[in-house]
Amino acid sequence: MDAEAAKYIGAGLAVLPLFGVGLGLGIMFGNFLSGAFRNPSATAGLTGNFFIAFALTEATGLFALVIAFLILFS
Amino acid sequence: MIEQLMPSFLRPLAAGPMEQFEIVRIIPLDFNGAVDISFTNASLWMVIVVLSATLFFALATRRLALIPGGTQSMGEVAYEFIAKMVRDTMGDEGRQFFPFVFTLFTFVFLSNFLGLLPSIPGTPAAVHSFTVTSHIIVTFTLAIISVGLVVVYGLIKHGFGFLKLFAPSGVPLWLLPLITPIEIVSFLSRPVSLAVRLFANMLAGHVVLKVFAGFVGSLLAAGGVLSILSVVPLIGIVGVFLLEFLVAFLQAFVFAILTCIYLQDALHPSH
Repeated sequence: MDAEAAKYIGAGLAVLPLFGVGLGLGIMFGNFLSGAFRNPSATAGLTGNFFIAFALTEATGLFALVIAFLILFS
Repeated sequence: MIEQLMPSFLRPLAAGPMEQFEIVRIIPLDFNGAVDISFTNASLWMVIVVLSATLFFALATRRLALIPGGTQSMGEVAYEFIAKMVRDTMGDEGRQFFPFVFTLFTFVFLSNFLGLLPSIPGTPAAVHSFTVTSHIIVTFTLAIISVGLVVVYGLIKHGFGFLKLFAPSGVPLWLLPLITPIEIVSFLSRPVSLAVRLFANMLAGHVVLKVFAGFVGSLLAAGGVLSILSVVPLIGIVGVFLLEFLVAFLQAFVFAILTCIYLQDALHPSH
């Protein structure tokens, strides 16, 4: 197989963690919303932590993206 | 050809999604390749960020009133936001770190935010809008400053007691050989994860915007039904752009709050 082709396949494989990130974000949003709907008065206290967790989870997917870029452009 | 009929800013962009991160020398100061301290577009945008932050807070605190006006209340909101964050994570002792965390937050937030400004079409690359934080060397420097402050302050305040950070209290003695290496590795990976998180978010956001813009351009150029379809990625850009505003703020917030949490370790190493 051509080295160039292997590079593209590798870059594609490197973004597979997005599967887990999607699952994680879905679980997080779902739980946050169900918590917020059950006890609307507690929503304000939850939002801060929720956004930190959102950013941390999203970053995992972006790490994968950086690896993909490294494979593609280096 | 339809391409020639379109105004210049609608023509399919020749540049790929990565060209926007190119660093261009504006004032070359290259000493035989040994030392290169050229004034680049990255430097220019850092200067813009610092100047606009200074200008904003100078305006906000110019005529202080008991009942704040528009600019003053915006300044107060920013101040209160960070002050509350520092108080919540570090308590009263953390007040000495407030100027550092506030500066860090303002710099990161404004670089993320001003980087979202559109470039003027047809101008040279040197004056295109540029996101400083989309370069890992910038974010890594900021992260090293934060973690370096944690190490230096912890060592000055607690001496060797700072090493208790790697041996959490309440862990049974036989577990320590296992826990300590894990704690050391997690401590060492802090600057890396702090830097890569911010850099990757900015890089990915701008690449996605550019890729969607490329879709609009190529669909318009295709002509016929496909040009009408180009509205779809255009709406997509608007959505991604709104998300980018959220991300610009969120990443600055996460950077600042993680710095606070790490500084809390320097204040109280034995958890």
